[in-house]
Amino acid sequence: MEILYAVATLGGVGAILGIFLGAAAHFFAVASDPRVEAIREALPGANCGACGYAGCNKFAEAVVEGDAPVNGCIPGGSMTAEAIAAIMGQEAVAVNPMVAAVFCRGDRHRSRDFFLYDGISDCAYAQQYHGGSKACPYGCLGLGNCVRACPFEAISMGPDGLPLVDEERCIGCGLCRDACPRSIIRLIPKGDRGHLVWCSSQDRGKRVSEACDVGCTGCKACIRACPREAIIMEDNLAVIDLEKCDDCGLCVEKCRFNAIHPRRERSKEEAASPEAATA
Amino acid sequence: MEKLISILFIYILVDNFVLQRFFGICPFLGVSRKMETAMGMGMAVVFVITISTLVTWLIHYQILVPLELEFLQLVTFILVIAGMVQLVETFLRKASPTLYQGLGIYLPLITTNCAVLAVALLAVRQGFTLLESVIFGIAASLGFWMALVIMSGIRERLELARVPAPLRGTAITLITAGILSLAFMGFRGMLTL
Repeated sequence: MEILYAVATLGGVGAILGIFLGAAAHFFAVASDPRVEAIREALPGANCGACGYAGCNKFAEAVVEGDAPVNGCIPGGSMTAEAIAAIMGQEAVAVNPMVAAVFCRGDRHRSRDFFLYDGISDCAYAQQYHGGSKACPYGCLGLGNCVRACPFEAISMGPDGLPLVDEERCIGCGLCRDACPRSIIRLIPKGDRGHLVWCSSQDRGKRVSEACDVGCTGCKACIRACPREAIIMEDNLAVIDLEKCDDCGLCVEKCRFNAIHPRRERSKEEAASPEAATA
Repeated sequence: MEKLISILFIYILVDNFVLQRFFGICPFLGVSRKMETAMGMGMAVVFVITISTLVTWLIHYQILVPLELEFLQLVTFILVIAGMVQLVETFLRKASPTLYQGLGIYLPLITTNCAVLAVALLAVRQGFTLLESVIFGIAASLGFWMALVIMSGIRERLELARVPAPLRGTAITLITAGILSLAFMGFRGMLTL
């Protein structure tokens, strides 16, 4: 007899809970379009936020609702764009792959400090403390907010105290750009063609050269040297248009401040021994 | 009334479930990385413990004892707890998808959180009345919540601190938990039932 009571008790409790949970599931049901699920499957699932939505899930919902473009996923690239377009029944448009680049070469040996910062190891904190310890108000503070922001481990801190971007891993989501309190990081088209001015300083002449050995002073020598008119001046900073640049290297010779370098110039080995690179 | 108040204080501070009795260590270390998820986890556990203590007490004294089925205690209690966790999960998925994702695997793991089953079993074993059991459940879960929130506050600060390399990660977390437990030793013996 007792065994029947036991079975009835457990069965009863289970049945009541089951009915209760069934009702709850019905009441709190989340309506979902099967396409949302399918798109989320096609996405990389890194939840990086490069599309402007809070994670892959939100992006998938936005695509189905028509708010986001099918090629909105930057890390996914053309493969993902095609897959999503197929789910949505649209034509895919290619995405231009981008990579992050750190526009400062003023490492410990080539730039000077105002004072020794020994506070919390965070660029945004250091920036608020008297505007940062570096003599250059535009230079990299080297405390690694970009490194921590990267969900793909594509940025590491080089031995010279400047971040190194691994272009193989970087998918151009722009999280590091947003994490940098000095806005030194910019997104540039992927590839190794072209020269760039590796500096972000908007100061002029003497102030730049006093603070750093490799800063752009805005002297315009490169603009005069460039045969293709690929260089323009923006806020006292020379900016090279990668579309027009044909890698002739004339600007590198003209730059007295060593601010212009080819794209693939700073490798890991070089970052390890900055003195060798300067010499 | 006096007993109810002392139950409340004993199980929040003096006999804290996490820091004094080592119940529920898994979510305590697992979801204390961020304040937001710690708060969510705390609330979920408060709900599960309070409701399941109430239901298991009723089942024990209204069904199991009259039918002399006390040996079914463990099975029925776990069944009730699992049901409650499922309810929280269903609700959270609807109410806060962000928190649902933040909690991740730790949400269904409340089912096997030993703090939850411990409260249900101890409430019966200590011979608490229905009201005392519910207060006991609330106090124990509030204690768990408090420990989780304190821990996540400390860990958020540790993120920005320069921790010596060999101690980074799990090591410094366990050291923090140990010092926190040590601090709560100060409440020892201040109140007894």
